[in-house]
Amino acid sequence: MLSYYFGLALRSLKRNRMLTALMILAIAMGIGASMTTLTVLHVLSGDPLPGRSASLYYPQLDPRDMPSYTPGVEPPGQLSWIDGMYLLHAKRGTRQALMTGGMVPLQPEQSSIDPFHANARYTSADFFPMFSVPFQYGNGWGDAEDEGKARVVVISAALNDKLFGGENSVGKTLRLQETDFRIIGVLGDWRPNPHFYDLYMGAYADYEQVYVPLSTSRDLHMDHGGSVDCWGDSAGDQVHLERENCTWLQFWVELDSPASVAAYKQFLEHYSQDQRASGRFTRPVNVRLRSVMQWLDYNQVVPSDTRLQAWLALGFLVVCLVNTVGLMLAKFMRRAGELGVRRALGASRRTLFGQLLLESGVVGFAGGVLGLLLALLGLWLVRQQPSDYAKLAHMDAAMLLATFVLSVAASTLAGLLPAWRACRIAPALQLKAQ
Amino acid sequence: MSLHPMIAALRKHKAGVVLIAMQIAVTLAIVCNAIFIIYARIENVRRPTGLDENNLFLVTQQWVGAPSGDDPASVQKLDAMLREDLNALRALPDVESVSPTNSIPLLQSSWNGSAALKPGTDLREGNARTTFYFGDEQWLKTAGLHLIAGRDFTAADVTNMAFRDNSQPAIVIVTKPLADKLFPGGNAVGKVIYLNGDSKPTTIVGEVERLQVPSVSSWASTFVWNSTIAPIRLNGNFSRYMVRAKPGRLEAAMRAVPNALYAANPMRVLDDDSVKSFKDIRAEAYRADIGMAALMGMVCLILLAVTAAGIVGLTSFWVGQRHRQIGVRRALGARKVDILHYFQLENLMIAGAGALAGIALAVGLNRVLMSKFEMQSMPVYYVLAGLAVVMTLGQIAVFVPARRASNVPPVVATRSV
Repeated sequence: MLSYYFGLALRSLKRNRMLTALMILAIAMGIGASMTTLTVLHVLSGDPLPGRSASLYYPQLDPRDMPSYTPGVEPPGQLSWIDGMYLLHAKRGTRQALMTGGMVPLQPEQSSIDPFHANARYTSADFFPMFSVPFQYGNGWGDAEDEGKARVVVISAALNDKLFGGENSVGKTLRLQETDFRIIGVLGDWRPNPHFYDLYMGAYADYEQVYVPLSTSRDLHMDHGGSVDCWGDSAGDQVHLERENCTWLQFWVELDSPASVAAYKQFLEHYSQDQRASGRFTRPVNVRLRSVMQWLDYNQVVPSDTRLQAWLALGFLVVCLVNTVGLMLAKFMRRAGELGVRRALGASRRTLFGQLLLESGVVGFAGGVLGLLLALLGLWLVRQQPSDYAKLAHMDAAMLLATFVLSVAASTLAGLLPAWRACRIAPALQLKAQ
Repeated sequence: MSLHPMIAALRKHKAGVVLIAMQIAVTLAIVCNAIFIIYARIENVRRPTGLDENNLFLVTQQWVGAPSGDDPASVQKLDAMLREDLNALRALPDVESVSPTNSIPLLQSSWNGSAALKPGTDLREGNARTTFYFGDEQWLKTAGLHLIAGRDFTAADVTNMAFRDNSQPAIVIVTKPLADKLFPGGNAVGKVIYLNGDSKPTTIVGEVERLQVPSVSSWASTFVWNSTIAPIRLNGNFSRYMVRAKPGRLEAAMRAVPNALYAANPMRVLDDDSVKSFKDIRAEAYRADIGMAALMGMVCLILLAVTAAGIVGLTSFWVGQRHRQIGVRRALGARKVDILHYFQLENLMIAGAGALAGIALAVGLNRVLMSKFEMQSMPVYYVLAGLAVVMTLGQIAVFVPARRASNVPPVVATRSV
């Protein structure tokens, strides 16, 4: 029976090609536009570390001074050296890492490659195990290297390909900032999106090429990049940032149970109180402990233009659907005579209703296929854009499935009213009018 | 023509009428908001920076193994390297003038602070936020700015300081908007201000009409025209040079720069982005805005096309349905033009009703966008323009089926189907 209805639907769609084409095109454009923007939104608002992100937290303290204080103000988005070092050495979480970033001049030994600036992350040792960073060769460093300001470096897979042709380069020397570093690890494929652990370098920015112990980077006066927020009479002297009243470091802590999260929050409050008592903090205690997704949400990392585009595309889809409802209404009502005959011959309302819905479902499927092509084209266009997130815009299996579900559901929904109206026609009246 | 029979006829097609009206309403709401967004973006992109943008380019470079800049001796060493570069660039045949600079409008890399009338006042009420440009006596000339009051810097005014030094300049040139904010009475030249909450006085020696800040982000939108220029060469391990080429010699000058700099001192990093024309800087700064405007424009056009197609489709259906009635009217003496007008008027009524709802929807949408995104309130004429557009669109779309209706011969009335 279903295949018979399917045949009927195709026959009816063929009868009025222009109208069918118009409906399919309208659905396809609505689906194409909304899936393009929704895919971009989906990619940009994804979880950077699925499975891990729920146990990673970002503590915030408020060490700033009173003159610029307003009640209810959020604490700064980064930590000062003193606070960061205290939290790092307190080791109250399962793991914790203090970090910041910058650009380091890199002088390759190969004369064929000109010196260039490498994107660097300066961090303490737990960065790698805490974020489950995969290694191709070698390992990260440990507390001893942090303490000893060791000249060791971990490099990205891309940099390893560029400098060493992808071979195991562990043990080789890399010259950074006029200093020889020993390569101790090469990362595997690692690119969580967004660049959650340091949003100040750009939420979808290029990933770091070299990873160096934080202590080493400070020892060698490596260039610091990203945001430096100072108060009082501090000006953010880059070389002596440790002594300045500035926040410029990111600190992440791994907390595995709700109890440990509560305990950590309490620990932050106690620390703030102690600092107030000693006079270093002057503001009322104001701490935050956000998880990865809360932190991304708070910082609104998804560009507002992208959200605006998604809303626009959904509005567009609504117009396309309303349009399809109108056209289907016209189409189904025109067939009132045929439907009247079938009713008179004994077809129930439900059968006719099902048949008409199937017909609109077929339109939806065709619209979905065309819409998918349009969405792929749209995503290709997005990838040609210069923004730093552009190259991430790819469709995944989930969005592919969503395209078809949305398309068929939308067109079936659009067919509901026309089908219902068409079925309500009294058979006798229709036959008489003939 | 009486409207009464028309309304009676429309009652028989409630669903279709409501659908067309709804579609027109949503289309109107989206189109006028989209056009408003496009206009705001274009307006943003088109505002002049104040610079003479032709023949201007920027050089960014970093020295390898440069002195640290932590002690006076190494600062002087850095300054000597900077002056060496300046001389090398000024000696180029296609170069008209060169100044060191920390940034340039639209570059996105900015150095911001505050200017106040009282010493030691931090960035709070009564102060003006400002961006800082640091350059030498050729900065104004290279940028192509003209003084509207006061004087330009002389070579004797120019000092140098470490990139990280926090001391304030003795004299500055400010933009008119900043001067007017600080001294609403005018005559800012010769007056004393305090920068960045410092207690050291700074004297305004000149005023320029217009100079945009480097950032085009929304956070800088409150002080877009508040710029301060200080006669200081900043010494760090990297440097930027603003260069004006001789008219028509931009490309030749840009090509000559890397070799000239390498010849002066080979220990430096220059990459593909190091020598950049101002045209490219501008294009990069506004690329996202232009992309958004283009996207909105495209969506509007497709939306209008879809709506027009919907009107054509439904009206065609009605024409087909009323084939016989039209024949009867024609047989009873209605002229072709009466039939044509009938459908046109019908569409005008439906579109008018839809547009009325659309106006409310458009304003509502604008309110929602204002609360969720950084957006201004939409002026009324956008809605009126949108109204005109959708009504015209409706009339154009209805013309084809209406013409077909008017061509129905009166003889149809006598035939049975």
